[in-house]
Amino acid sequence: MAQGEVNEVDEIIVIGGSAGSLEVLLQLLPQLKSDFNIPIVIVLHRRQGGDSPLVELLSTKTKIKVKEAEEKEIIESGSIYIVPADYHLLFEKDGSFSLDASEKVNYSRPSIDVVFSAAADVYASSVIGILLSGANADGTKGFEDIKENGGVTIAQKPETAEISYMPENAINNDVVDMVLTTDEIAAYLNEL
Amino acid sequence: MEISVSEEELELLLKDVYEVHGYDFGSYSKASLHRRVNRLIMLDKFPSFAEFRFRVRNDTSYLKRFVEEITVNVTEMFRDPSFYLALRQEVIPAIATKPFIRVWHAGCSTGEEVYSMGILLKEANLLHKTLIYATDINPDVIEKAAKGIFPLSLMKQYSENYIASGGKSEFSSYYTAKYDRVVFNEELRKKMIFATHNLVSDSSFNEFQLILCRNVLIYFDKDLQHKVFNLFDQSLEHLGFLALGSKETLKFSTVISKFKQLDKLKIWRKVK
Repeated sequence: MAQGEVNEVDEIIVIGGSAGSLEVLLQLLPQLKSDFNIPIVIVLHRRQGGDSPLVELLSTKTKIKVKEAEEKEIIESGSIYIVPADYHLLFEKDGSFSLDASEKVNYSRPSIDVVFSAAADVYASSVIGILLSGANADGTKGFEDIKENGGVTIAQKPETAEISYMPENAINNDVVDMVLTTDEIAAYLNEL
Repeated sequence: MEISVSEEELELLLKDVYEVHGYDFGSYSKASLHRRVNRLIMLDKFPSFAEFRFRVRNDTSYLKRFVEEITVNVTEMFRDPSFYLALRQEVIPAIATKPFIRVWHAGCSTGEEVYSMGILLKEANLLHKTLIYATDINPDVIEKAAKGIFPLSLMKQYSENYIASGGKSEFSSYYTAKYDRVVFNEELRKKMIFATHNLVSDSSFNEFQLILCRNVLIYFDKDLQHKVFNLFDQSLEHLGFLALGSKETLKFSTVISKFKQLDKLKIWRKVK
């Protein structure tokens, strides 16, 4: 696939959140360095239907480019991608996204597990997974796959989560490397 | 222990499926295939990839299940109601004047969207002069679609979708409930032709005023997407319409210069 100087991405950060996670992102994104280079993929559970203004909202909080992940789009460094509502997101070996409208997983589409596992499959030890507030068990299986492939898993400190079930579930299943507050997550990422 | 097939194993499997059974999945999205294969191995509790591969190679009846599970068959009636509202308002009036209307649903799965289209045409008083061709790669889902039988439990959701799509009738007037299932009216079904058609290998078979292919192309790689867009172009009449899924686009295809997109919609009109 030698196609000239495509800006090849070899690392990726995947962030999953459900109820109570939007506030965390609104705090986290402004703290990231404006030249933060590793692509970030954000998968949030949302109520079905209707285009939520998530991209617009998050764009106001950071200088990094925020956009919805598009079908077969090549992933670029220095970008934040939002997984569209009602689709799962997968990663191709050529560095592009694929969307998938198959069965819900953990009652969710997009599912955090699907995105995390797909990232682990392609980016192996170069994945950092971050799991935020939520009332769902989604993300734990994905963390297991990230860890199995040598990546890093970070759970939001349950005491600081509006709904602690989701990060707690991952912690209880022993698939979490670090338990951090929002500020600590920002500091960790800025030092990568 | 969970099984995750390697890239090489996936290639071997796809080669078998093509050489032994003639289904070519070589241009499907690898990420999706990989996930679907792992999922099927888990669902059917195969102890190893080798045993799975053996079964796919040698058991023709299992191959049917393989094709049905590897392809995605998630669908619903009036999926994205706003899309159906746009069909009612923008597309149907434009094709209404034709003496005879031909519609093609490519990748129709179990037919929910085909019956939705039938209801739209019926309500526009056009069904009597319409034929809807509904095709899918998968013979089993085509068989289900042709029967027009769906679970009663889904009708509440479908009825809400129908109303959101601009439907003004009683949704339940379109079907007869029998125990936990419903059968859609013969009047709709007799205007539908269900057949297998493989977008990878089969060619154009008619000229249409409207082609719908929603959430199918996302499972194809770029080359196959281009090929299918060409096939649709060849199969559309001048001023015919092409409708895609909410995250699919004709924008990067080689035929885009012949098409004009309807404002903010995933519907393109062939203007050249």
